[in-house]
Amino acid sequence: MDSMTIIAIVSIFTAGITIAIGVIGPALGEGRAVATALTSLAQQPDAAATITRTLFVGLAMIESTAIYCFVVSMILIFANPFWNHVITQVVGK
Amino acid sequence: MNLSSDQLVLWHYGFFHLNETILTTWLLMLTMTVGAMLITRKLTKEGTPSRWQCVLEIIVIGVAQQIKEVGLPNPEKYIGFIGTLFLFIATASLCTVLPGYTPPTGSLSTTAALALCVFVAIPMFGIENQGLRGYLKSYLEPTVIMLPFNIISEVSRTLALAVRLFGNMMSGAMIIAILLTITPFLFPIAMTLLGLLTGMVQAYIFSILATVYIAAAVQVSTPAPIPVPAPPIKQSPKQTP
Repeated sequence: MDSMTIIAIVSIFTAGITIAIGVIGPALGEGRAVATALTSLAQQPDAAATITRTLFVGLAMIESTAIYCFVVSMILIFANPFWNHVITQVVGK
Repeated sequence: MNLSSDQLVLWHYGFFHLNETILTTWLLMLTMTVGAMLITRKLTKEGTPSRWQCVLEIIVIGVAQQIKEVGLPNPEKYIGFIGTLFLFIATASLCTVLPGYTPPTGSLSTTAALALCVFVAIPMFGIENQGLRGYLKSYLEPTVIMLPFNIISEVSRTLALAVRLFGNMMSGAMIIAILLTITPFLFPIAMTLLGLLTGMVQAYIFSILATVYIAAAVQVSTPAPIPVPAPPIKQSPKQTP
């Protein structure tokens, strides 16, 4: 295997692994957050505005960790610096 | 496939490149500025205000109330900055209903610029409110050992602001592009609807986080009690015992 193939294999594999593992934590966290918010909404419907606002902000903060993983995997697939380096080397030859 | 709209260069002259991101940003700025100027040209206090004046008043009062609820007591001072952030991001993501439009917030350069604005604005408001000494002293809270960690958190939250907005906008466009190749007609529309919702939520979160950071910088020395925001009066659903 030449270095190009190795880089391609490692990049694609790592992109999949990144998003697969990176999504587990935020999914559990968001599930817990929504469940707790629903419980408190059922207990205090009057505080719905505050609870919903805090819930949305919190969800977006939790979700951003998953978004970081997504960005990394997108960079690995579409804008891979190592891949571009190898391509320029091959073209330059 | 393009990861961002930066890579589509429409026109270049010498070392100056006009890419799609800059063009859409300029168009958005032009539309919003001209619109706001047209509306505010004839504001009235007497009689019935025009429809557009009502819209602007609703927006301004709503933003000011949100800023106040987060913990900044005089929102008039900050509404220029925070309201602009919110309106720009919200308009940028709401315009996705127009065909052929790519949101400028889906490019890391735009979001990095917005986050840098917040990064600069936090110490500015902080120094203005409690002086240079008082602001610099807030980095030594609670002890001197925390100094590097405070600086790291300052930088990392700016990075997080930029990447969060970029990732959300870019993922929305990316998902729609991928779905267009699989299920062309109906399903992308549903995802576009979801994208509109995420765009609004992200605009809200970006401005709320900026407000929270500014509030933290402004009132470090005198920790005011966190105000409990009164829920807005509205009809809560009737409860049956």
